[in-house]
Amino acid sequence: MNARDQILAKLRKRTLPIPALPSHDGPWITYADKVTQFSTVLSTVGGHAVRVDSQSEALSHLAQLPVMSKARRVVSLLSGVDQANVDLKTVSDPHTLEDVDVTIVKGQFGVAENGAVWITDDTSAHRASLFICQHLVILLPIADLIDNMHQAYERIGAFGPGFGVFVSGPSKTADIEQSLVIGAHGARSATLYLLQNDR
Amino acid sequence: MSHPSHQPHSGDHPKAASAFIADQERAQWHDKALWFIREKRDRAAASLPEWETLREHAAAIKAHTIANLPQYLEQFEANAQRMGVKVHWASNAVEHNKIVLGILQQHNVKKVVKSKSMLTEECHLNPYLEQNGIEVIDTDLGERIVQMREEPPSHIVLPAIHLKKQDVGDTFHKHLGTNAGADDPQYLTEAARGHLREKFMAGHAGITGVNFAVAESGGIVVCTNEGNADLGVALPPVHIACMGIEKLIPRAADLGVFVRLLARSATGQPITTYTSHFHGPRPGCELHIVLVDNGRSEVRESDDFRLSLNCIRCGACMNTCPVYRRSGGHSYGSTVPGPIGSILAPALDPEKHKSLPFACSLCGSCTDVCPVKIDLHHQLLTFRRELALKNLIPLTKRISMKLLSFVLMRPWMFSLGGKLMRMIVPKLPRMFIYNGMNAWGKQRELPPMPPQSFRELYSIRKHVAAHNRPNTLKGNTQ
Repeated sequence: MNARDQILAKLRKRTLPIPALPSHDGPWITYADKVTQFSTVLSTVGGHAVRVDSQSEALSHLAQLPVMSKARRVVSLLSGVDQANVDLKTVSDPHTLEDVDVTIVKGQFGVAENGAVWITDDTSAHRASLFICQHLVILLPIADLIDNMHQAYERIGAFGPGFGVFVSGPSKTADIEQSLVIGAHGARSATLYLLQNDR
Repeated sequence: MSHPSHQPHSGDHPKAASAFIADQERAQWHDKALWFIREKRDRAAASLPEWETLREHAAAIKAHTIANLPQYLEQFEANAQRMGVKVHWASNAVEHNKIVLGILQQHNVKKVVKSKSMLTEECHLNPYLEQNGIEVIDTDLGERIVQMREEPPSHIVLPAIHLKKQDVGDTFHKHLGTNAGADDPQYLTEAARGHLREKFMAGHAGITGVNFAVAESGGIVVCTNEGNADLGVALPPVHIACMGIEKLIPRAADLGVFVRLLARSATGQPITTYTSHFHGPRPGCELHIVLVDNGRSEVRESDDFRLSLNCIRCGACMNTCPVYRRSGGHSYGSTVPGPIGSILAPALDPEKHKSLPFACSLCGSCTDVCPVKIDLHHQLLTFRRELALKNLIPLTKRISMKLLSFVLMRPWMFSLGGKLMRMIVPKLPRMFIYNGMNAWGKQRELPPMPPQSFRELYSIRKHVAAHNRPNTLKGNTQ
């Protein structure tokens, strides 16, 4: 008998009463002001939220930031970024993204309770670009802020093949004497533009 | 690099702990560092009015899943395979290690980057791969530090919590060439970032653990703060994910419950920085998932210990445990230390880990903080009975317990014994009380003997009350 059948047979040898699964109906926490809650939590986890009117305002604000003005290689998953000079469609080996300074992506939605933003593979030809970049910039319409993780999984619905990640702030570690250090392996900074208008 | 100390010591907790507490200042620092995390956890839990509901939901989902485990494993396997995942099954650690080595050899992999996985620690995968000529680099900063020092992790979430920044500075000076004496965490982390970037770029395959596996979707979820798991598997063409069979949950929506509990319980964060959901391999790449039993099916059969399979490895029980905080993770001599480790380890090997269920004051704090409602302190107590039945209790403990039960069954003897002690003990020279035979006199002064026993005091009170009725009502309510 192979290991698979052995394990399953062993587990089937002992039948246990099966308690019912709980429903996912709350009540779960909601926030009167999701923007403030989201921005506050994001700042406690080392990220930075900037409220702007539109995508073009976000991009002109971004262009003024030192991380952007000093950037040499920029990946952008959205159009209209003049500085973007890495086309992921032409990248066949993710290792070549090693020296990417800034990656700019659009988030699918943000979660007020924990400052996390859901980003999927569909918008990023190489998920490596999310993790290998020195600085991560996310654009997110305010209309796409939700309260909690239960709403998040409801919104995601059935998973299909692919990759999705909740990102909450920049990469960090506290493995040396519990001192928080931002920028462990992934992005050293995470800037989030909250767009009043979805354009 | 070899890991001699990755083979846990043959396991006497009190002996190993006495080495840890010999450095009192350091032991106190360790205690405070962990309590600080416990307090952060408390604040995070209190920020959600539904915290207790979440714990109840999590426990109910786990109980349902463990009862239905064979069906959910098959469902998970089928759904994962449909997306192109290669699913492997391992009955024990040896099989697990062989499977992983086989995959690596098939791809001619010489260098592997690995993110934190307590399962691979449990199976001692690293030394096995190294013996077979494969370089394994732990990429979690804490794990990398202890790997360089050839030590096992001392905590499941904070592998290097037993080290001070000066220790890390010395280790990095030796291995990474950082400045001698430099101990600034920012500087040291930056050095590790540079070092590990090279390793990420050179890795031919990435190994990760699994925090949750979803039966209905065939997907796995991996949580990190550093992004090391993601970087480790986003670059090379092969990703191997190793998981215990108890990591399963039925529905994708159940993740809402567990993701909310995990990081808050572990470090007091609202969520880990990266919570990555893998459904199938990257296009043109391979994703292997290894399902490991290694004793879990036996634990499932036990009505007393089944609940321990609920564990999501958050480490909250360690952070709160007065024994763990004051004795350090290495004193447990098992991959998972602390209260949950003191159940999991002897469940696998009772002879070797027989001292662990006694590394507990039965205070119950672990049970209170456990996000999946494992009745930890009850299980630790039950385990002591198991060990007694297996005749694995040390002789001194056996004799003293027999003697105590003989006395406690005879109230006159108990009362007489107490009277004699109250008379004699205060007159004894110190060496009769504070010696090797009295563990209770180690590092502490015993309280002074009271002039009267509780029973004597009680009977005096009753007597006074009977003769002084009008005043006693007030006195009794105090």
